[in-house]
Amino acid sequence: MSTQLKPETTAGAAPSEAGNRVTPHWSNRLLSRPEFGAAVAAGVILIFFLVIAPSFRSAESIFTILYQASTIGIVAVGVGMLMIGGEFDLSAGVMVTTAGLFNALFSYYLGVNLIVGAITSLLFCLAVGFLNGYLVMRTGIPSFLITLGSFFVLQGANLGITKMVSGAVSSPDISEMAGYDVMSAIFAGSFQIGGVTIWNTVIYWFVFVAISGWVLQRTRIGNWIYAVGGNAASARAVGVPVVRVKIGLFMTVSFLAWFVGMHTLYRFNTLQAGNGVGNEFLYIIAAVVGGTLMTGGYGNAIGVAIGAFIFGMTSLGIVYAGWDPNWFRSFLGIMLLAAVLVNIYVKQLSTKRKMG
Amino acid sequence: MTLITPRKLAGIGAAALALALTLAGCSAGGAQDNNAESNNDTGGNGDSGYKIAMITHETPGDTFWDKIRAGANQAAKDTGVQLTYSADPAADKQAQLIQTAIDSKVDGIATTLVTPDALAGSVKAAAAAGIPLVGFNSGIDQYKDLGALMYFGSDENLAGATVGDKLNDGGVKHPLCVIQAAGSVALEARCAGVKSKVAGTENLQVNGADDSSVVSSLQAKLAQDPSIDAIVTLGAPIAMDALKAMDQAGSKAKLVTFDLNQDAAQAIKDGKIEFSVDQQPYVQGYMAVTALYLYLKNGNDIGGGQPVLTGPSIVDQSNIDTILPFTKNNTR
Repeated sequence: MSTQLKPETTAGAAPSEAGNRVTPHWSNRLLSRPEFGAAVAAGVILIFFLVIAPSFRSAESIFTILYQASTIGIVAVGVGMLMIGGEFDLSAGVMVTTAGLFNALFSYYLGVNLIVGAITSLLFCLAVGFLNGYLVMRTGIPSFLITLGSFFVLQGANLGITKMVSGAVSSPDISEMAGYDVMSAIFAGSFQIGGVTIWNTVIYWFVFVAISGWVLQRTRIGNWIYAVGGNAASARAVGVPVVRVKIGLFMTVSFLAWFVGMHTLYRFNTLQAGNGVGNEFLYIIAAVVGGTLMTGGYGNAIGVAIGAFIFGMTSLGIVYAGWDPNWFRSFLGIMLLAAVLVNIYVKQLSTKRKMG
Repeated sequence: MTLITPRKLAGIGAAALALALTLAGCSAGGAQDNNAESNNDTGGNGDSGYKIAMITHETPGDTFWDKIRAGANQAAKDTGVQLTYSADPAADKQAQLIQTAIDSKVDGIATTLVTPDALAGSVKAAAAAGIPLVGFNSGIDQYKDLGALMYFGSDENLAGATVGDKLNDGGVKHPLCVIQAAGSVALEARCAGVKSKVAGTENLQVNGADDSSVVSSLQAKLAQDPSIDAIVTLGAPIAMDALKAMDQAGSKAKLVTFDLNQDAAQAIKDGKIEFSVDQQPYVQGYMAVTALYLYLKNGNDIGGGQPVLTGPSIVDQSNIDTILPFTKNNTR
């Protein structure tokens, strides 16, 4: 990889510095990668659960965990890129539900094919993402506040519109409608390998992580994202289209939220309008555990994916271990804090060694 | 960033308007096709002049509460009562909402008593202001002490014990009781009721706000402990998730649930769910309003000093054909 030395405030200076780059020892290069701490933490947690939870040790369990991780991890790909770009999106959790509800209600009550409804839903989600980005850039209000606003708007609209259109607070069952078979095969399909069920969301997740990794590390847009997250003013000074990059990032999050929304709708055929609240924090946690800096400009795709995997592993590992479920959240919190601590420790270690 | 110029503000306004129109657009499309809503029924003979406030601890967007509201709305129409509804899952905010109702001098208050200690002050304030108050849905053991006149709901412990008895009859040894809202007194009471009859009962917490996470957690639990021979879910949507998890894990466990919705009713008809313990939320909402109306108009005391039980009403293959159409109306 070419960008492992990227300092935390790259500020668009990367290309010109290429000439005086020193190649450090391989161990320092490894330690300075954003995902290294997360990978260590994931390894520790994995070994821990493999030791204490016998039922954790099967291919089936690993794929259940990967499925759980993928439903968080897909949106986290976008949220991680957005955070590298220096912004937050708190509306991502409810937008997943909005996307599914929009598709179900639109198709059901207009009697149109579900595929048409899905495309309309995508356009709507992208419009919300655009609006989020546009408002952040045009008003200068922090994205935390703007997207908190859209979070509440969407949450209310999910309930209000669902009730108004369907007369109940859940969407109608769509499994008998035209287009269902195609859509459910695309978004909620699964296949068997040696008796193990693999959901296609896991494959999609890997693909999205690969694309995100490629964009961030190998393309000009990736450099722009690090630059606007590191220091937007200097990025603008060297000609990075800051507004377009940031709006694009918000729309990426919307697209991925829509994608998971489609999975949820076509796997469960009906959605409760109150769902999704709280998941926005899981996406952010995945990104942070995966080494993304909350201040922007630092992080990578593999790290965010490992962060989501740690979440899936922890939340289900507790169940596999057969621990008292009343303590579920506490265990989860301790695990996540531990992951972040390991992360920080490794990062400090790498900084010290670089100086010495 | 610079300050917002009027031109930019206009742009923002236009964008917001576009969003609003999109939202309005998709709801208008549905309104014309709206099927008959349960509370569109006719009934009632005008305005009786009473104002009643209903306050609950509803979690927004839960199908269960939607039925309570449907029942309350129908009762308000039938009796010509002017009903105001408000809800907050946080105990202190619910107490504040009761206080707000007292301040606005309503004629009667119907409230859930889910956190009796937190609500005691407001309930007593209602009595002090001379406003009759009835409890419903939760608080069966405490409503009298708090000074509520009547109570409509099911006894969660009794409902759980009923499930436990039926599981015992089916030879179940190790049921899993799935709690979808952490820290809920009512849900814990149901599981405790099951455990009082089947000693091998185990509880599992899941995140009820995320269906895919519910499925994964249940699937993990079934893999961890293959001796689980029954799953007890405490809400209809969770039962549908449990079916998926059992399918994934290849589990042969029996599935039993609390509450009903259209999908769960269909699953009972198809034999996928053994039975449901229905506490008839529609009746809870309906009776709470109607009882206040009768008390105000006629001095009646429904239940005669005892709680009025709306459940446990068992729905299984023997009676599902009668009940299935009502679930489609959102009344059962």
